Amino acid sequence: MQAWRIDVLAKADQLDPVGDAAKRALTAAGLSGITGVRARRGYLLGAELTAQQVEGFARDVLCDPVVEQFVVHAPGARPAPAADIHAVTIVPRPGVTDPVAHSVQKALNDMHLPMVAAGTYRCFDVRGLERSDVVKSQLLQAARKGLANDTVQELLFDTIPDGLPGAPPPPDLAVQSVPLAGLDEAALVALSQKGGLALDGHEMKAIQSHFDGLGRAPTRLELETLAQTWSEHCKHKTLTGTVRFEGRTIDNLLKSTIAKVTRDLDRDFCVSVFVDNAGIVKFDDEDSVCIKVETHNRPSAIEPFGGAGTGVGGVIRDVLGTGLAARPIANTDVFCFAPPDLGRAELPQGCLHPLTVLKGVVAGVRDYGNPMGIPTVNGSVHFDEDFVGNPLVYVGNVGILPTARAHKKANPGDKIVALGGRTGRDGIHGATFSSLELHTESETLSSGAVQIGDPITERKVMDAVMACADRDLFSAITDCGAGGFSSAVGEMAEGLGADVQLDAAPLKYAGLAPWEIWISEAQERMVLAVPPAKLDELLQLCEAEACEAVVLGTFRDDNRLIVRHQDVVHADLDLHFLHDGLPKRVLEASYKAPAHREPTLPPEQDHGAALLKVLGDFGVCSKEWIVRQYDHEVQAASAGKPLCGVREDGPADAAVLAPKLGSLRGVVLANGLNPRYSKIDPAAMAECALDEAMRNVVATGGDPDYTVVLDNYCWGNTRDPQCLGELVRATEALCALATTYRTPFVSGKDSLHNEFRTTARTIRIPGCILVTAMSVIADVRLTLTSDLKGDGNQLVLVGTTKDELGGSVYYKSKGELGRNAPRVDPERAKATLHAVHRALQARCAVSAHDLSEGGVAAAVAEMAIGGRLGAAIDLAAMPTDGPLDPTRRMFSESQSRFLLEVPPDRLPDLRANLGDVPFAVIGQVTAAPTLRFADGARELATVAVADAERAWKAPLDLDGTLTQEVSR
Amino acid sequence: MSAPKALILRAPGINCERETHHAFTRAGATSEYLHIQQLLQDPRQLDRFAILAVPGGFSYGDDISSGRVLAQEMKGKLGERVLQFVDRGGLVLGICNGFQVLVRLGLLPCTKARLEEEVTLTHNLSSHYECRWVTLKTEKSRCLFLPAGLLLRWPAAHGEGRLVARDAATQQLLVDEGFAAVRYVDDAGEPTERYPQNPNGARLGIAGLCNHNGRVLGVMPHPDRSYLPTHMPDWRRTMLAHGKLPEDGDGMVVFREMVKVAAAEG
Repeated sequence: MQAWRIDVLAKADQLDPVGDAAKRALTAAGLSGITGVRARRGYLLGAELTAQQVEGFARDVLCDPVVEQFVVHAPGARPAPAADIHAVTIVPRPGVTDPVAHSVQKALNDMHLPMVAAGTYRCFDVRGLERSDVVKSQLLQAARKGLANDTVQELLFDTIPDGLPGAPPPPDLAVQSVPLAGLDEAALVALSQKGGLALDGHEMKAIQSHFDGLGRAPTRLELETLAQTWSEHCKHKTLTGTVRFEGRTIDNLLKSTIAKVTRDLDRDFCVSVFVDNAGIVKFDDEDSVCIKVETHNRPSAIEPFGGAGTGVGGVIRDVLGTGLAARPIANTDVFCFAPPDLGRAELPQGCLHPLTVLKGVVAGVRDYGNPMGIPTVNGSVHFDEDFVGNPLVYVGNVGILPTARAHKKANPGDKIVALGGRTGRDGIHGATFSSLELHTESETLSSGAVQIGDPITERKVMDAVMACADRDLFSAITDCGAGGFSSAVGEMAEGLGADVQLDAAPLKYAGLAPWEIWISEAQERMVLAVPPAKLDELLQLCEAEACEAVVLGTFRDDNRLIVRHQDVVHADLDLHFLHDGLPKRVLEASYKAPAHREPTLPPEQDHGAALLKVLGDFGVCSKEWIVRQYDHEVQAASAGKPLCGVREDGPADAAVLAPKLGSLRGVVLANGLNPRYSKIDPAAMAECALDEAMRNVVATGGDPDYTVVLDNYCWGNTRDPQCLGELVRATEALCALATTYRTPFVSGKDSLHNEFRTTARTIRIPGCILVTAMSVIADVRLTLTSDLKGDGNQLVLVGTTKDELGGSVYYKSKGELGRNAPRVDPERAKATLHAVHRALQARCAVSAHDLSEGGVAAAVAEMAIGGRLGAAIDLAAMPTDGPLDPTRRMFSESQSRFLLEVPPDRLPDLRANLGDVPFAVIGQVTAAPTLRFADGARELATVAVADAERAWKAPLDLDGTLTQEVSR
Repeated sequence: MSAPKALILRAPGINCERETHHAFTRAGATSEYLHIQQLLQDPRQLDRFAILAVPGGFSYGDDISSGRVLAQEMKGKLGERVLQFVDRGGLVLGICNGFQVLVRLGLLPCTKARLEEEVTLTHNLSSHYECRWVTLKTEKSRCLFLPAGLLLRWPAAHGEGRLVARDAATQQLLVDEGFAAVRYVDDAGEPTERYPQNPNGARLGIAGLCNHNGRVLGVMPHPDRSYLPTHMPDWRRTMLAHGKLPEDGDGMVVFREMVKVAAAEG
C-alpha cells in the first residue's frame, strides 16, 4: 500500500548524537572507512491525506523545529539516492509491534486529521564508503550486528520502504479437527513436533485416550490449549515429576524440597506463597510486599532487545496480577553471558555475539523499565563461555499491596474482562518454544515467538488496574503471559469453567484464526474477573485511563471451558482434564562428581598485578555502564542505590527501598549467583548463591531473620540423568541451608533445556540457581554502604578463610577451574549472619561489604574505590582453617565472610556483638589512596587506588567515558 | 492562610506523579491528581488551583520526540489557558518530561510572552538515557520562588535533556536575561558543558529555565527524587558527620518555596 513518507533529520548545523552513535556501532562491528553517519527518523502515513495535511503534520508534530528539518515524499515517489552516501533503512517486519506508529495516530487524531494507517522506520546515511557489492554486503552485515535485528526488522540498502502493509488475507475461521484415533506413539510425537506443541509421547497418548473416550477428535484450538497449559513453562513437569535418584524415589521434587522448607518453617510473615503470581510477605500492619523473578532466556537469545524488554514487561504484569493487584515498585535483573570479548571465530553459527546480546538486553531492560516508571535497583552480570548459545536473562519485580487485598477468587457469573494491548500474531508458541532446546536454525524457525514490547500500553494498563483495585471493582486478576488468553483464562477458570467469545478480543490487524487469538502471546494484556454489578464502573474507569477493555466472556460453574468465535464452538474442554490430566513424568537421575583437580601453580610472583587482573574480570568489574542506563530513582523510594561512595561509583551489595513515601520502613533486596562453582559441584553453587544473597542483605543492614528468598533455576537438559542428578543435588543442598537460615522460599521458577546444538557439539549451560533475597526492615537509617568512610578506621574481617580457590576468579585468571569450590558450614554461617546483623544494628561499623568473587583483595579494592581512600592490610592476621599461603588468603572465595569498617572506639562493642564468631582486625583505612597488602612483616603488594579503579572500570566501559574520569 | 492547591497532572506515560504529589503535600499544599483527559474535558478546572505541576515520565512513550505528543494534545485546548493561568498568578513546575512538555508547548522560556518553541531538549550527546546525580547551581533569575546561589544535588534521569536554543541570540538571552534559572556546575561550582557533571551536553550548562514573569519553572533533574533526606546519595556520610539526618533533601526547596509564594499570594 503506497504511503506518504516523511524523513526527519538534524539540521545541517546541528549535532546528531544518534547518527554519531550509529557510526560508532558500525565501526565497532568491523566496518572501516566511514567518515560520517546522519540519522533519519522515517514516518509512513496513509495516502488518503492531502499534501497540505502531511506538510502541516510534519511541521507541527513530527519535526523538532529548533534542531530538525524534514522532507516529504509523495506516495509512489522514489527519489534517486544521493551519489555520495549509502542509506541503510530499518523497517519493522509485518506484524511486529510498532509503538511509535500508535502515537503518530493519536497525534493525527488530536489534530483532527483523518485516521489513516501509520508506520515508522529508521534510516542511516553512511558516508565515506565506496560503491560496490562487497561494501554493500559488509555494510549490511555490520548493520545487522550493530543497528538492527533481522528477526524483527528488515534491512534495506539504498532503497526506500515500499509503503504500508496491505490488508492481510482473510483468516480460516473453520473449526479444524485433528484426528488422533488409531495413531501410534511415533505418529503422535511426529504430530506434536510438526505443530510445535512440545508434548511427548505419553502426553499425546493421554490426550488421544481422553478424546477416544469422548468419541471425537480434538479441535486444533483444544490441542493448542492443552499444549500451552501442559508446557514445561506453565506446568513445571520436570520439577513436579517423580524422580528416581540414588535409590530413592522423590515424588514431586518441588513439593518435597523447596515448598517443604517453606511449609516446615511456617514463618508468620508469609502471607501467600506458591499459590499466586508472586510470593506475598507482610511489610507492616497495613501492607504487604510481593516478589517474583522470571527468566526470558529463549526470546533474548534470538532478539535480545525485544526478549529482555518483554521479559521485564511480563514480570511486571506478574506482580500487577498478584492478589487483587500489587503496585510494582522495583525491578531487578541478573544476566549470564559469554565473555563480550569472545573471538568471532569462536562464535557458533546461529548465535548472536555476546556483546551484541549484552547491549541488546541492557537496552531492552532500559527501554521497558524506564518508561514504566519502575526503578531497576539491583542486579548482577555473570560470564562464562558456555552461555554463548543460551544467554540467561533473569528479570524480577517487587510490588506492594494492602494485605487485605492479598487473596482473590473469581466467581461463577463474573465477567471475563480483557484489558490493555491488542492481540496480534506476535509470540505464538512462546510457551512451547521455551520448552525446546535451541539450535543453529532456531533463529529463523522461531521468530514468531519473539515480541517487541510497548511499555506505554502497559503503563496505561497499570494505571487502570490500580484505579480499579482501589475501588474494589474485580474479584480476581491475572496476567496474560505464556500461552496468552488460553493460559490466563484457563487458570482463572479452574474449578469454575468459562465461556469465551474470541471475536470480542480487539485485534491489532485482521486475519487471525481463532486458535491464534486464543494462544497469542501479544504483550501488555491482563484478564480480570468482574462481578456484573461492577462492570460498567470498571469499563468507564478504564476508558478514563485510556486503556482498552472488553468483555471476553463469563465464568461458569460446571468446570467446562467453552471457546467460541462468532458463536461457533471451537473448544469444549473438561477443565479437570486440562489441569489434572497431564501424566506424571518419571525421570531418572544420577550424580557422579566431575573429576576436576586443583592446579599446581607456581607461587604468585606479583600479587598487585594479580589483583588488577581479578578486578578486570568481566564478572568482577564495574557495571556502571549498565547501571546508569536504568532509572534507579523513579518513585523516590531509593534509600540505598546501586552505586555508592563519594563519587557514586562504588558497588552496592543490595538495594534499599523505603516504598511508603515519608515512612522509614524499608525493604533490602539482593541476589546471589555463581555459575562457575556449578562446574565443580552444583551443591556448592546452590549453597553459595543463598549465602551470597544473605550476605548482601546483611551487609547492607537487612535482617536475616526477616528475609524471604526466591529460587530461579536455569538448567540444561534434565532428560540426561546426570544433568537432573546435578539439579537434585543442588536443590537438596539449597533446601538444607535455607532450613538452617529459616529463610522461606516464597516464589520460584525454572527454565530447563538450556542447551545449544551445533553440528559439532551440544553446549550446555552450567546449572544455575539464582537466589534473590528480600528483607523487611523497620528503619532504613540503619542500613549501610560498602565505601570506606574515614582515615584511621579499623578493617575487620568476619568469618574464616579456607583453601577454597575452586571456581574462583583468581583461578580463572590463570586459566584454571580447580576443585576446591567453596562450601557453606550451615550453623557457623547462620551464626555469622546473625552476629554481623547484631553488630551493624548496634552501629559498630560505618561500612560493610560482603566477600565474594575475588575474595578479600577485591572487596578491599572496591571499598577503597567507593570511598577514594586507601587501606593497609595484614593478611597474616586473617582467621583461617589451618595454614594458608598469602595468595589464598587474598583471593580465596570462602563463604560467610564480611569486611567491616569499624571506628576504633567501636571495637569493644563489636567484639561483644560478634561473640564467638571468628574475626580479626586485618588492617586500617588510610588517607593515602593506596592499597597495601602485607603478609606479616613482608610487603606483598602496593597498588594505587586509581590503578585499581582503572582496571575495574575498563572492561565494560562501553562508551569510553568511565576510565577517562579516573585521571581527573 | 489556607493551603494552596496543587494540580498534579496525570497522562499516559507520566510516571512521577506520586512523588510529586507527596513532595507538594509535604511542603504544605493540598495536592490533587487530574488526568489530562479530565482536564481537557473541562479546562476551566485549572482555575481551582494555584499550582500546576507536570511531573516526569515518558508521556505517550516519548514517541516521535520526548513530550511531543502530550504537548500537541494540550496545545489546542489548553495551551492558551495555561498561559492565562500563569498571567493570573498561577505557578507552574515542569520536571524532566514535564519540562520537555512545557518547552514543546512554548510555555518555556516564553521570552516574548507568547507560545512558541524557542528552545528544545534533545538527545543527550551520549545518545542514550542516563541516570546520575548532578550538582546544580540556582542562578539569579526571574524565577519568583527559587532562591539564587544555592548548590544542590539532584538526580538527572533522561535521554533527551540537551538544551539547544533556536539561535545564538536566544541562547545568550537565556543566561543574560535571567531565564536560565538552574545550571549544571563542575567541582569548582562553575557552569559546565563537560560530561559527566553536565550529563547531556546542554549548552551553557543550562539544566532549568523559567519564563518571562518567573512563574513557570522547568528542570531536567529531579527535585521530586531528592526532597527527603534519605533520597540523597550520601546521606550516610552526612549522618556520620552530624549525628543525625537533616530535615530535607536538596530538592525540597523547590516545593517549599513554591508553596510559600503561592500561599503568600493566595
